[in-house]
Amino acid sequence: MSELPVLLGLLFVAVAATATVLVRDPVRQSFLLSVLGLALALLFLLLHAPDVALSQLAVGSALTPLMVLLSVRKVRRRARDERREEQA
Amino acid sequence: MSRRVRAWVLVLGGLGFAALFAAACAGLPHFGGDLHPYGDRAVRAALLRHTANAVASVNFDQRAFDTLGEESILFGAVLGTVVLLRQTRDENRRPPAPAPVAAPVRRYARLALPVTLLIGLYIVAHGQLSPGGGFQGGVVVATALHLLYIAVDYRALERIRPVGLYEVGDAAGEAAYLLVGTGALVAGAAFLANVLPYGTFNTLSSGGTVPVLNAAIGVEVACGVVVLLARFLDQAVEIEDPPADAPEGAAK
Repeated sequence: MSELPVLLGLLFVAVAATATVLVRDPVRQSFLLSVLGLALALLFLLLHAPDVALSQLAVGSALTPLMVLLSVRKVRRRARDERREEQA
Repeated sequence: MSRRVRAWVLVLGGLGFAALFAAACAGLPHFGGDLHPYGDRAVRAALLRHTANAVASVNFDQRAFDTLGEESILFGAVLGTVVLLRQTRDENRRPPAPAPVAAPVRRYARLALPVTLLIGLYIVAHGQLSPGGGFQGGVVVATALHLLYIAVDYRALERIRPVGLYEVGDAAGEAAYLLVGTGALVAGAAFLANVLPYGTFNTLSSGGTVPVLNAAIGVEVACGVVVLLARFLDQAVEIEDPPADAPEGAAK
């Protein structure tokens, strides 16, 4: 019974990770990646590793999704500019 | 090498890895057991050096040389990003127009910014006492500054973020870590040995070199992440691609 929180944490990670892979749109994927970061941070906390949990929270659920979002924006902007030039 | 040979090399390598990994896993202690030979020794050493957070003691004292490697990886990664995402000669820079921000978003970000900044600095300063340290706190400080982009706009962020200064800070943080390590050599000990007085247990000034190295890492990570995000933001918001019909390299 004492292992129930860890099992729930593992389940949360598995669900979030699977959802991140299954969703194909990069923008939605980055949000799910953020949720996965939160799930991993929670799991690390349950396994008594608060130092790692903090790193995971800062990098995995804030920094990485932000960099993915910025890259998507750059790529989409390029596509939009090209379309505008074709119409002109 | 033909496709077939490459596939065989892959299969061979994969099988070898699987066999060795399985053998290594079989030799691991069981999950959640009572026997922790490394943990017991590390905690004893941490307490001897008056560092309340045993993880910080391992990272910045007992195995400080490993952390130097990790720090250098981040430094190299930021350097690579700066080189790759620089503005090339045929790219133009167009300052983004101010965008309207919803009032609740602005209120939230303005409230969250100082609080997040303070939390980040707290995490850096208390690395030797409680979970956290330079890596974690540095990232929090850097993300806190970017709340200004959410609260106001890109130009406001650029005003508090002279990238050149942060690049210097990144290099200075990396150098400070090396200098603290070299300082131990000057004091007659090994590279990165904990030569400072250990202080009183469970106070801010305890741990000898641990808080000093934490501060160096904090500066390096905060500045590094700011520079990293600045390059990404520049590319996403400001820098425009060369017109598609221009011949390759025409502007050079």
